[in-house]
Amino acid sequence: MLTKRIIPCLDVKDNRVVKGVNFLNLRDAGDPVELGKKYSAQGADELVFLDITATIRSKKTIVELVEKVAENVFIPFTVGGGISTADQIGLLLRSGADKCSINTAAVNNPDLLRESAERFGAQCVVLAIDARRTPGKVGKWHVTVKAGSKPTDIDAVEWAVRAEKLGAGEILLTSMDADGTQAGYDIELTRAVAEAVGIPVIASGGAGTLESLAEVLEKGKADAVLAASIFHYGTYSIKETKKFLQRQGIPVRPV
Amino acid sequence: MLVIIDYGVGNVRSVTNAFRYIGSEIAVSCDPTVIRRARGLILPGVGASGYAMQKVAPIAGVIKEQAAAGKPLLGICVGFQLLFDESHEMGTHKCLGLIKGNVIPIPTDSGLTIPHMGWNYVRFAEGMRLFDGLGEGRHFAFANSFYAQVDDAQTQAAYTEYGVQITAAVEKGNIYGCQFHPEKSAADGLQVLKNFVTICHEATK
Repeated sequence: MLTKRIIPCLDVKDNRVVKGVNFLNLRDAGDPVELGKKYSAQGADELVFLDITATIRSKKTIVELVEKVAENVFIPFTVGGGISTADQIGLLLRSGADKCSINTAAVNNPDLLRESAERFGAQCVVLAIDARRTPGKVGKWHVTVKAGSKPTDIDAVEWAVRAEKLGAGEILLTSMDADGTQAGYDIELTRAVAEAVGIPVIASGGAGTLESLAEVLEKGKADAVLAASIFHYGTYSIKETKKFLQRQGIPVRPV
Repeated sequence: MLVIIDYGVGNVRSVTNAFRYIGSEIAVSCDPTVIRRARGLILPGVGASGYAMQKVAPIAGVIKEQAAAGKPLLGICVGFQLLFDESHEMGTHKCLGLIKGNVIPIPTDSGLTIPHMGWNYVRFAEGMRLFDGLGEGRHFAFANSFYAQVDDAQTQAAYTEYGVQITAAVEKGNIYGCQFHPEKSAADGLQVLKNFVTICHEATK
């Protein structure tokens, strides 16, 4: 049986891992090379590396750092942040990334998803969606871009469906409302997207208690959970997390 | 020296990193002279198999010649799919024909998400050398929408379940292959690569 994936996320700024609340008030959380090595060895199922400065400063993703992190990561490794062309994806894949996540550039140019899937295969094209609840509308979320700083009028669920048709192989779905709060994932959002698409959905934003991870995997129908703070600050280890999920009857890869 | 055949499709870096990590002497090349001198060959690959076959075509002859000469060959993911007769991904493409069988889409009617993405349990066939020291089965990392159906009683195969029985790994003589990514399957995957290195060294003793 395919297991549910536990994915630590490295938000990287100026070569350091940082973590904020609702994408703001960043705190230092360590060295990306060391953290990547640690999570890979401790039984994480994948690793995500997001260059969070990239879009805002229009800076290229840090290829050299990706190479260094990849040297010690023997689990699938996704890199994102500021990717705007298929050539950049090619460069990152050659640098040791296994998948690339595209966010703002896909909103500006949806054809980038199709082009990337044709060149590199759908399995390495991850569409990242930063979604926020639309005020005054129940069960509606809109897509935000440029690291959450700019709202759009695009419906998050509709965008996910369209991205799948264009060739995205996976969706990394972050709730802007929940991110960094440790108050639990946005179950309703995750479930709405997971039920609308046939590709895997990674739930992100709001990981707090281990119950919250179990909840988004079960009720939210996510295929994978991404978390940052709870792992970086040592609240839970990967092993504890997996043991807990296993006791809840959720299939995970044992470590 | 083992050689990772770099024919311009996807990511050879992860495979290189993993072999270096386990302390194996490795070169990345698509030069027939280098390929002929290698103790063993690794054929990686991601993306669509039709496109990959098109890219591998110029050196397909050398690969087949070396395989026929008994040199150990390990296909990984799309490189594994290329070992078979034909792939039906976006049209029909003739592949290397080193293992009898075809590559077809994973059925979507089961309601499972496609790609088959993540860690799945692989049950080994008895005596498969790639899995020496790993017991009866382990979890490995997959990322595939197509799978190979083996059509040859002489090929040993390991399987995983995903709505249908998916071929996870094969061995036939000196031809080895994994649908999953051993280089991305943590300690157990690295053990598979170490086992392949041992196979290569024993073959050329």
